[in-house]
Amino acid sequence: MLARLSLSDAELDQYTEQLGQILEHANDIAALNLDGVAPTAHPFGLINVVRDDVLRESLSRDAVLDMAPDAQDGRFAVPRIMGEAP
Amino acid sequence: MRSAAAIARDVQSGASTAVAETTLSLEAIRAHNEALNVFLFVDEVGALEAARRVDERVAAGDNVGPLAGVPIALKDNMCQVGVPTTAGSRILEGWLPPYNATVIDRVVAAGAVPMGKTNMDEFAMGSSTETSAYGPTRNPLDPSRVPGGSSGGSAAAVADDMTPISLGSDTGGSIRQPAALCGLVGVKPTYGLVSRYGLIAFASSLDQIGPFAKTVTDAAMLLEAIAGHDLMDSTSLPEPSPSLVAHVDDGVAGKTIGLVRELYEGADDDVIASLKRAVESLRDAGATIVELSIPEIRLGLSAYYLIAPAEASSNLARYDGVRYGLRVDAEDVAAMNEATRTAGFGAEVKRRIMLGTYALSAGYYDAYYGQALKVRTQMIDAFRRAYQEADVLIGATAPSVAFKFGEKTDDPLAMYLSDVFTIPTNLAGDPAISIPFGAGEGGLPVGVQLLGPGRSEAQLFAASRVLEVADGRP
Repeated sequence: MLARLSLSDAELDQYTEQLGQILEHANDIAALNLDGVAPTAHPFGLINVVRDDVLRESLSRDAVLDMAPDAQDGRFAVPRIMGEAP
Repeated sequence: MRSAAAIARDVQSGASTAVAETTLSLEAIRAHNEALNVFLFVDEVGALEAARRVDERVAAGDNVGPLAGVPIALKDNMCQVGVPTTAGSRILEGWLPPYNATVIDRVVAAGAVPMGKTNMDEFAMGSSTETSAYGPTRNPLDPSRVPGGSSGGSAAAVADDMTPISLGSDTGGSIRQPAALCGLVGVKPTYGLVSRYGLIAFASSLDQIGPFAKTVTDAAMLLEAIAGHDLMDSTSLPEPSPSLVAHVDDGVAGKTIGLVRELYEGADDDVIASLKRAVESLRDAGATIVELSIPEIRLGLSAYYLIAPAEASSNLARYDGVRYGLRVDAEDVAAMNEATRTAGFGAEVKRRIMLGTYALSAGYYDAYYGQALKVRTQMIDAFRRAYQEADVLIGATAPSVAFKFGEKTDDPLAMYLSDVFTIPTNLAGDPAISIPFGAGEGGLPVGVQLLGPGRSEAQLFAASRVLEVADGRP
């Protein structure tokens, strides 16, 4: 669901086996007792970085929309999101 | 092909021109690209235009820069305005970036001429270029073998003398391993030294852009040109580009170099034999050698294959058929997203997305992703302790010389093991260089890896230069 992928039955079998092997290998760390160790999400302890709030040139809307699969009225266009009104 | 340093000197002095050097590079690419599948796109028009601009600046008396007129190949995960950029994936086929990666602006500012985009494993996920949606790249030294990966195209471009230098990206070894397999110098810089702006993200806390070259000096020149703070990357280190070329001949006299058991155990005999000879060369050059053990390294592979897929599953959520790239139409948005991703991503990318979403999911987060982040802390601490005993660490880059096509494609874990010696530095955020030293099976090159603490690139280049000379490349 999170991955937003659909798989055939054959793919499902293959991935189940391969991912199982990889996770089995990962069990060497899942089994460790690491109580009291702090997690690291970034190697140098990233702190929020802000820049001065001044206007700068940015990409034009048209340049960005040019590469969209579908655009309409200056916006990205997508298929229906909501069901039809009853 | 001559070195980048020699080309730049000649172009600046007027002994050659950027157009002449670019034309030579285009001829070399044309001669072998079809057989080797190195470039996904050759920017003939753009390259000649860029070369003419360099020649105009030389004619006007400008000091163009350290890379004046030097042809450079760029891995296809670096955005370049108007140049097709695919990251080796069908999902970005036909996409033309509206902006330049910072590294591209910087190499152009230094006078280099971008020749085109090189093949790679899809979204940099692989160690052989075999996961590219556009077919594998062949190793120029033996076309029946892989060039390594994921930056295999950038390595092959330099190994085949198409360009003297190239850029790759390294998340778990994707510069150093192909450098080893193709007989090149490959550098994974300190995390944050080189801006990632415009680099198509794989695992953002691990990705770094770095150089390939045939000589240590060329690699140092290129890194100097691309390093330094960038406002557009919030993880960019605050200081300007370090002085590297000036320190290439500093040597290793008086330095302590630690041979790390976990960075070569399990490698093939020919790889270990080269490594041992490299260590002796460093001793002969005046370094003190100590043998070290860093047991935490053994946990690196598992931690990496949870952290990198977790970050990738989040980074790749953006390929949903809405703003750019492929769209497969369906009746509603959710079905369109799923159909697009199912058609656009290859098998290895799907494998990692599933692994990542699993490692991050509510019931397994603590057991997998959470534990992996704690192992990362232990890895950083372990390297810090090692660097109290040694200035530089040394090990193998890859467990074997270049392997054959298909040898590891059916067994993902075997492929992942190609990066077992390179992954720990990415987790630690530290720099490392792979330098060719000696030959292994079938005369194929072997790479030796030098590692140092954050921001120690100058010292690593100096140690690499000692090995370059000792291996007969003065």
